[in-house]
Amino acid sequence: MELKTAHAGTLESGDILIQIFPAEKPGLEIALDSTVAYQFGDQIKKVIAETAKELGLENARISATDKGALDCTVRARTTAAVVRATGKDVWAD
Amino acid sequence: MMFVPGNNPGMMADAHIYGPDSIMLDLEDSVTMTEKDTARLLVYNALKTIDYGDTEMVVRINPLNTPYGKKDIEAVVKAGVDVIRMPKTETAEEVREVEREIERVEKEIGCLGRTKIMAAIESTLGVVNAYDIATASPRMMGIALGAEDYCANLKAQRTKGGEELRLARETIVVAARAAGIDALDTVFSNLNDMETFRNEVEYIKSLGFDGKSIINPRQIEVVNEIFAPKEKEIEKARAIVAAIKEAEKKGSGVIALNGKMIDRPVVIRAQRTIDLAVASGILSPEEI
Repeated sequence: MELKTAHAGTLESGDILIQIFPAEKPGLEIALDSTVAYQFGDQIKKVIAETAKELGLENARISATDKGALDCTVRARTTAAVVRATGKDVWAD
Repeated sequence: MMFVPGNNPGMMADAHIYGPDSIMLDLEDSVTMTEKDTARLLVYNALKTIDYGDTEMVVRINPLNTPYGKKDIEAVVKAGVDVIRMPKTETAEEVREVEREIERVEKEIGCLGRTKIMAAIESTLGVVNAYDIATASPRMMGIALGAEDYCANLKAQRTKGGEELRLARETIVVAARAAGIDALDTVFSNLNDMETFRNEVEYIKSLGFDGKSIINPRQIEVVNEIFAPKEKEIEKARAIVAAIKEAEKKGSGVIALNGKMIDRPVVIRAQRTIDLAVASGILSPEEI
């Protein structure tokens, strides 16, 4: 899968910024910076990984900066970043 | 109906806490061209995940003549939105185009007929065609005035008294009533002038509108206070409805209550007062 560097989201409260870069090694490498990492870090990483894999993204470096986003926001921002990185939309034209 | 930008996840998560009757997540004017894709995904995931309870969920989509409109419809219908709000509606055909797109997606996911449509009228042509728009589809549940674009098109300036909007407001209420759907008034955007806001809400209620579009939770209380019927009005309405029910049992459609004739129009107004009291939480459905 051809991958461009892409991002989606903001650093506002309740949001998350997802940045995707081409992989330097096989697999998904997720780096998370979150104010609630000690409570929800594993869950946020799980949602990012699941969402990326559902969209067929198996190899990438993902950087996430979380500002207290709900799971649905993490999913939305990850989807948007993957769509921008791969150029494959989730909606019919 | 409280407007919430579709690209602000924090506001989308909290909006229902303030208790508006309906929430309109916006994919149109409050979202820049470069963020249309991300806002659509935020709204889709929020609708699928957040428990908004009894709050009616509305999404304002982009027009179908943009690259975003069809995708907006696909996303929000799949997410189970209650109402799609069309912006800048000028003709009945535009409503039917949106209806066809909704049907296409509903057929794909097996929920034909679920999604309602509301049309915002924001131009002089839209006002002229208000009744045709209001009756363009059985899915139509309301029409709303969008004052800023309307005034720009009218070549008039907005004023505190709103005289420039009088014809549009009256036309929209009459069209909605004739079509049997709701009429919603435009937003009032100066949050620091609550006195003019209050006057405007009282005025549009007197014209017959069903509600007011709002942009901030601070405006909810004023709208609810003005639209909620007063205790005396509720008591009178309940007496009228009880009296007419008693009369109907005896085979009569007209009665006198406290020396005044009570006929069908009076009963209809009384029933609306009771409906508003229930909607405002003053009466429970069991008390009717």
